[in-house]
Amino acid sequence: MSGATIEIVRTTNKGTDDEKTETVARAVYEHPLAVRVCHWLNAISLFVMVGSGLQIFRAFPSFGAKIPQKDLLNWPKSFAIGGWLGGALQWHLTFMWIYIATGVVYLAYQLFSGNYRQVLFTPRDIPGVWPMVRHYFFFGPKPPAREAYNPLQKHAYTSAIGLGVPSVLTGLAIWKPVQFSWLAWLMGGFHWARLWHFLVMWAILAFVFGHLIMVILHGWNNFVSMLTGWKKNPDYD
Amino acid sequence: MDPENVEANNADEKTADAKAAEAKSAEAGTAQEKITEKIVGEKTAAPLVDSRISERTFRRMNRRELIKLTPLIALGAFAIPSFQASLLKKGLGFSDWASARLFRSGHLAPTFTDSELTPFAKFPINGYDVDDPGVIFENWNLTVSGAVKSPGDYTLAKIQTLPKFRQNTRHVCVEGWDVIGRFGGARLSDFLNMVGADTTARYITVACADDYYESLDMATALHPQTLLCYEMYDQPLTRQHGAPLRLHIPTKVGYKQAKYLTDMKVTNVVEKVGYWEDQGYSSFYGL
Repeated sequence: MSGATIEIVRTTNKGTDDEKTETVARAVYEHPLAVRVCHWLNAISLFVMVGSGLQIFRAFPSFGAKIPQKDLLNWPKSFAIGGWLGGALQWHLTFMWIYIATGVVYLAYQLFSGNYRQVLFTPRDIPGVWPMVRHYFFFGPKPPAREAYNPLQKHAYTSAIGLGVPSVLTGLAIWKPVQFSWLAWLMGGFHWARLWHFLVMWAILAFVFGHLIMVILHGWNNFVSMLTGWKKNPDYD
Repeated sequence: MDPENVEANNADEKTADAKAAEAKSAEAGTAQEKITEKIVGEKTAAPLVDSRISERTFRRMNRRELIKLTPLIALGAFAIPSFQASLLKKGLGFSDWASARLFRSGHLAPTFTDSELTPFAKFPINGYDVDDPGVIFENWNLTVSGAVKSPGDYTLAKIQTLPKFRQNTRHVCVEGWDVIGRFGGARLSDFLNMVGADTTARYITVACADDYYESLDMATALHPQTLLCYEMYDQPLTRQHGAPLRLHIPTKVGYKQAKYLTDMKVTNVVEKVGYWEDQGYSSFYGL
């Protein structure tokens, strides 16, 4: 469980009468090992899924008819993984298992450990969203931090994790439109499932973009916390 | 693990702190972190602090936590050229294995009304080599071999004596496009019955007039919508679409549905899975 707080102390003049101990920093255990492992596994598999997915998309960069074909977007090959359609499918159909397994383990862990409370956006967080938006985008004052994630952060994480589910379901509907014909039907048919799959990817990428900017803005201690679990000098008590 | 204890014992502050400190120093592997124990006795000021540790212990703790993530580096094997191909082949193999498990013999591919059909003129012609390998229809036979009671040459007329089935189904290309077409022909399962095939064999392999070749798992071969197709849109199959005989399999992706069939074998051993499969495509690719 996350949330343990420690004080890091420094002792000077050890063993003498003058021995002094002072607190130099505080640290909070924010990210349990399971969460950190899932985070990085997901980062890697997401990178491969997006890269190979765009290469697959290159084979038919359209959502309309094959004849006549109207290309929607000519994605550059250098920003794709796999080299050709067959290669990209190998990457996609290999890493999808890692992507799915990571998601399942993560959700199970969060649920059973109770750690989801740290991330899950609930109605209780709604009033805190606007002050956070004002702070980030309109130079408003910084609302006092009370927990690891502020309401806007919770909203972002909950949405991003939530997008994982449709990313898998739309993928299943494209990969197995016969065995999971009901899924494809729910999405409006094979055509739409393919479009949804594509759109969900961009929604996830939009999160990743914002996420990376925030990571850069919030500095080293924040970044390290996703590696070691411990965040030094958090901005909340 | 460790911080869990800390949180659980929070109520009883003093003992909790002592325990936490002990656990911390044990985890850090230090013999005795006297400092911590010394301080624990003092009254902790707000905010709530579970324990106090030295900078050295904190660094060691962090290093330890970081080391726990190192198994993730194993994924780097995918970036090593000599491992990459075999790892991806295994991954694709696993997907194919799962695909075969997901396949249900009794589950039919969705069918569509005539008004939902893609116009014949807009049904793409996809060949790997030539649009028309120049089959001479009068001399054409399907040569059947392998685990069958009656091997030999079967004429189109003979195949057409089997009950004809017509279906409006979706044709999905591996590239991502799809069309809804109308296909007619004999059930492959009926034909396998006609030639006395051993349906406990694992595969059907086919060879084509354009040197294309394919293989099919028996479960899919016996599926009621798997056709030896000789008609499209109620007209005889055109040369570009695979005349005189092609496979139509709505539970498979397009490249499995070979055109211009010339040979068929019932077998347990597949030497060459298929033209595209041998370049790296999925062997099963069931929809």
